[in-house]
Amino acid sequence: MAETIILEVTRYSPEQDTEPHLQRYEVPLRKDWVVLDALNYVKDKLDGSLTFRWSCRMGICGSCGMMVNGEPKLTCATFLSSYAAHGVIRVQPLRYFPVIRDLVVDIGDFLSKLQSVKPWLIPKEQTQTFEGEYLQTPEQLDVYKQFSMCINCVLCYAACPVYGLDPVFIGPAAIALAQRYNMDSRDTGAQDRMDVLAQHEGIWGCTFVGDCTKACPKHVDPAGAIQQYKLTATVDRLKSLLTPWGTK
Amino acid sequence: MSQPPRSSSYTEYHPRWYRPRVSTWWWMGRWSYLKFIQREISSVFVAWFIVELLMLLHALSNGQGAFPQQAYREFLIWLRNPVVVFLNLVSLFFVVFHAVTWFNLAAAAMVVRVKGKKIPGALIAGSNYAAWIVVSAILAWALLRA
Repeated sequence: MAETIILEVTRYSPEQDTEPHLQRYEVPLRKDWVVLDALNYVKDKLDGSLTFRWSCRMGICGSCGMMVNGEPKLTCATFLSSYAAHGVIRVQPLRYFPVIRDLVVDIGDFLSKLQSVKPWLIPKEQTQTFEGEYLQTPEQLDVYKQFSMCINCVLCYAACPVYGLDPVFIGPAAIALAQRYNMDSRDTGAQDRMDVLAQHEGIWGCTFVGDCTKACPKHVDPAGAIQQYKLTATVDRLKSLLTPWGTK
Repeated sequence: MSQPPRSSSYTEYHPRWYRPRVSTWWWMGRWSYLKFIQREISSVFVAWFIVELLMLLHALSNGQGAFPQQAYREFLIWLRNPVVVFLNLVSLFFVVFHAVTWFNLAAAAMVVRVKGKKIPGALIAGSNYAAWIVVSAILAWALLRA
């Protein structure tokens, strides 16, 4: 194994550049190093001006998502050794998001979309704290648990060509998280979320390319969540057409 | 200390973001995108079967007067044209391809739970295939018994 590897990193300074360019750095190719370690090596030893986001280094915070050789990845979970044969690792900002500086993108669009689907519990009746918890059985937890693993890293947005082509699309993670609450036995907000989700910019924008699910580092399966919601929305629409007196 | 040169659209509190454009050829860069676009384009052949069915209905409804089955017979002769036979074989291939991929995806859209346990995806896809075979067999029996 070679002792070093070339890191090709996107640089963009909004004050000086009109568009991004790539800069090469030679970094040690250590077996236990991930791409984030290499970026930190560059920042500490070679070029302190390199800007990127990171926090936990253990795949929990979802901050260090970047494009690594064209694939959306958490850089804290992507080992340099996986790319040793290539000799070069190209690290770029997450695709389809506006670049603020170097590898930092603006995810404000995702955050406002996430908020629009009300990703919080909407219980039937608001209870006081002293009345105790909203109880749930392990079986009820199991129904939505997979979707609750989302860490908002937005790798799924960087994998989704629909989001790239049509930025009004609400996107995979926001829909998966809406499903996480819709399927929660303690929640009664499904109808509120339906108004946002059952639109063209919502679930119907999805053409099921399926790459969001492949990119997800937490195995949330947002593509599955969207298709399941399409079925729910269709059944709901049919019900309201057949029994107009029954709903709303 | 000299100030770095600034782009005209830059202001201190509203830095100019770089917004990359998505190329028209975005689907060429990745095998999964290319496969997706191929599947979408092949829907044209599925539509062709529908057009052909409408043409058949049109031919059947045109039979009036002295030669009630004339239009239908002409339609059948047209169907024997080698170009049409080839086009229909290609269409059949893509219709079957779409049916198979659709049934395989059914498990992603349908989560069925029995007594709290999730039914495996293979069983959901399998029941779709079984229903497909049963419906096809009934249609074949109805059409071929004469």
